[in-house]
Amino acid sequence: MLKWIEGRSGWALLAALGALFPLFAGNDYRLTVMSTAYIFAIATLGLNLITGYTGQFNMAHAGFMAIGAYTLGILTVDYHVPFWIAFVAAGAVTAAIGLPLGWLSLRLKGHYFSIFTMCVGVILFLVLEKWESLTHGAVGLMGIPGPSPIGPLKFETPAQMYYLMFAFLVLGAWVMKRITHSLLGRTFIAIRNGDDLAEALGIPLMRTKLLAFIVSVLYAGWAGALYAAFVRFVGPDVAGAQNTFDMTMYMLVGGLGTVFGPLLGSIAVPWLTQMMQFLQEYRFVIFGPLLIALVIFFPHGIAGSWMAWRARRAAAAVRPVAPATLPATEAPGA
Amino acid sequence: MDVVLQQFLNALTLGGIYSLVALGLTLVYGILQVPNFAHGAFYMVGAFIAIKLMGGWGANYWVAMVGAAIVVAVVAAISERLVFHPLRKASGLHPMIAAIGLLLFLESGAQALWGAEFQRMATPYSGILEFGGLALPAQRLLIIVAAFTLMLALHLFLTRTVTGSTIIAMAQNREGAALVGIDPDRVAIMTFAISGMLAAVAATLYAPINLVYPAMGNLVITKAFVIIILGGMGSVPGAILGGLIIGFAESFGAFYISTDYKDIIAFALLVVILSLRPQGLFVQGAR
Repeated sequence: MLKWIEGRSGWALLAALGALFPLFAGNDYRLTVMSTAYIFAIATLGLNLITGYTGQFNMAHAGFMAIGAYTLGILTVDYHVPFWIAFVAAGAVTAAIGLPLGWLSLRLKGHYFSIFTMCVGVILFLVLEKWESLTHGAVGLMGIPGPSPIGPLKFETPAQMYYLMFAFLVLGAWVMKRITHSLLGRTFIAIRNGDDLAEALGIPLMRTKLLAFIVSVLYAGWAGALYAAFVRFVGPDVAGAQNTFDMTMYMLVGGLGTVFGPLLGSIAVPWLTQMMQFLQEYRFVIFGPLLIALVIFFPHGIAGSWMAWRARRAAAAVRPVAPATLPATEAPGA
Repeated sequence: MDVVLQQFLNALTLGGIYSLVALGLTLVYGILQVPNFAHGAFYMVGAFIAIKLMGGWGANYWVAMVGAAIVVAVVAAISERLVFHPLRKASGLHPMIAAIGLLLFLESGAQALWGAEFQRMATPYSGILEFGGLALPAQRLLIIVAAFTLMLALHLFLTRTVTGSTIIAMAQNREGAALVGIDPDRVAIMTFAISGMLAAVAATLYAPINLVYPAMGNLVITKAFVIIILGGMGSVPGAILGGLIIGFAESFGAFYISTDYKDIIAFALLVVILSLRPQGLFVQGAR
C-alpha cells in the first residue's frame, strides 16, 4: 500500500483529499488546525532533508523558522514592505544566515554537529529575545499583515488561508520529492550511510552537505514566514527548542528519510494532540515515552516500518526459491 | 580591585556548578558515546526533590541534598535501563532522539507534579561574610568548597578504586574492558547513577542563589555541552577546566560587556573556538 501511496496515484489521492478537506471540515477551527499542521509539515520536510536523508541532526531548525518569521514580520510591520516581497526576502535572509552557520557547523561530525546546532538555536533564541530595537524583545512582534491578494485570489477567510497553506505544502512536497529522487538525493543518502565512503566515491562532501543544509533551512524560513502571516504574531518562542522537538517527533513518527512519512507525522501528531486537548501542556508526559518507544521499537517510523514489513513478507514468500535476493534490509526511502 | 575579586568569586561559583554538571555529562558520553540531552532534566529533578524534602518534610539542607542525590541517581539508572540500554546498537541519531523524549517526559512530568511557577529554595547559609572589605555571600563560598571537594572525591574514586577504574577502562576501550571481565551493563548503570548524583548535588548547591522551575536545566545543560566540547568529550579534567573557562568568561563578560548577553558568551566562545579548531580545544586529532 505504501508503495502505491508513494506512487503517483497515491499522491493524487492525498492531494484530492487535501483539496476537498474544507468541504467536510465542518468548522473553521479544524481548518486552522490543519493549516498550522501544513505550515509545520513544510518545515519538517526541510528538517527531514538534512536529518533523515543526509544524516545530520540539526537542532537549530526552529531557529531558522524564526528567522523567516521575524524577517517577514519586521519588514512588513516596521518597514511596510509589500507582503510577497517580504516573503521572498524571508527565504533570502534565512539562506544568508544559514550559509555561514551551515559552513561552520557542517565541519563537525555526528554528535558534535547536533550539539553545535543546539547552541546556535540557543543563540538565535537569546538574540531574538534581547535585541529589542530590532525584534521588539520578549513581547514579540504584533500586527503582522496576512498575505496580500494575488490577482483575484484573496486570503482572508480560514478556507482561503487553508488553500494557500495547502498550495505551499503541495509545492514543497513536490520539490522535495524531485530532489530526493534525483541523483542529488542519492548523494545525500550516500553521505548519511557513511561520509568517508561517500567521499571516496568522489562526492564533494562539504558542498553537498551545505546544499542539503541550505535547502533545508529555506523550507524552515518560508514555513516561518507563513506561520507569521497565519498567526499574525511572532515571538522568540518560535525559535525555542520545543518547536524543533515537535518537528523531530513528526519526522520520526512518520519515518526518517521518506518524503511521505514526515508529512504523515506532521498531520497525524497535531490531530492526536487536539484529541488530547485536556492534557494541554502535559501532553509530553505521554509524548515523551511515546517518542522513546518509537525510537526503540519502530526506528523507521510508520512509513519505514510498513516498508520493512512488506519487504519481509515478500522475502518470506520467495525464500524457498531464491534466498540470496532478499530486499529486506533496504534503507527506508531508498 | 574589589570588584575584580568579586567577579573572581562569582566565576569560581559558576565554574564549580558548570563543572559538576559537565562531569556527569562527560562520564556518560565516555561510556556510552551518547550526548544525554536529558541530563539537564536530571539537574532540574534534583532541585525539585531537594526543595520538596526541605519544604514538605522539613529536612535539613544537607539531608535534602543527599536525598536528591539518591533519588536522581535512581532515576538516572532506570533511564539507562529503559531508554539507553535497548538502543546500544542503534545509529547515532536514535539515542539522541530518545534522550529528547526522556527530557520532554521529565520536564512535563515535573510541571504536572509541581507546577510551572518559579520557586525559591531557602538556605541555612544566607549570611554574608565580611573579609577585608570584601563581601562574600556564604552560599557562594559553600558552593565553591563543596563543588571542588566533590570533584576531588570523584577524581580519587575514578583513579584509586577498582570500581572507578572499571569506568575509566570502559571509556577507554569497550571491547578490551569486556575481555578482562568488566560487565558493561553494570558500569553503564553505575555511570548514569553517578552522573545523576552529580547533577542533583550541583542543582541543590546552586538553587538557593537561583530559581527552581521545570525548564531550569535547559540553559545549564546547553552550557555543559559547550564545556565538554571545549574540554574534549569524555575527558574528566577537560570538563573541570572547561567549566572554569566558561564560568570566568561569563562572570567577567557579564561585568565588562553586557549582562543582557551574558548567556550568549559561552555559545559565542564555542562558535569562535570551533571555527578555529573544529575538533575542540583539548582534543588530539578529530573524532
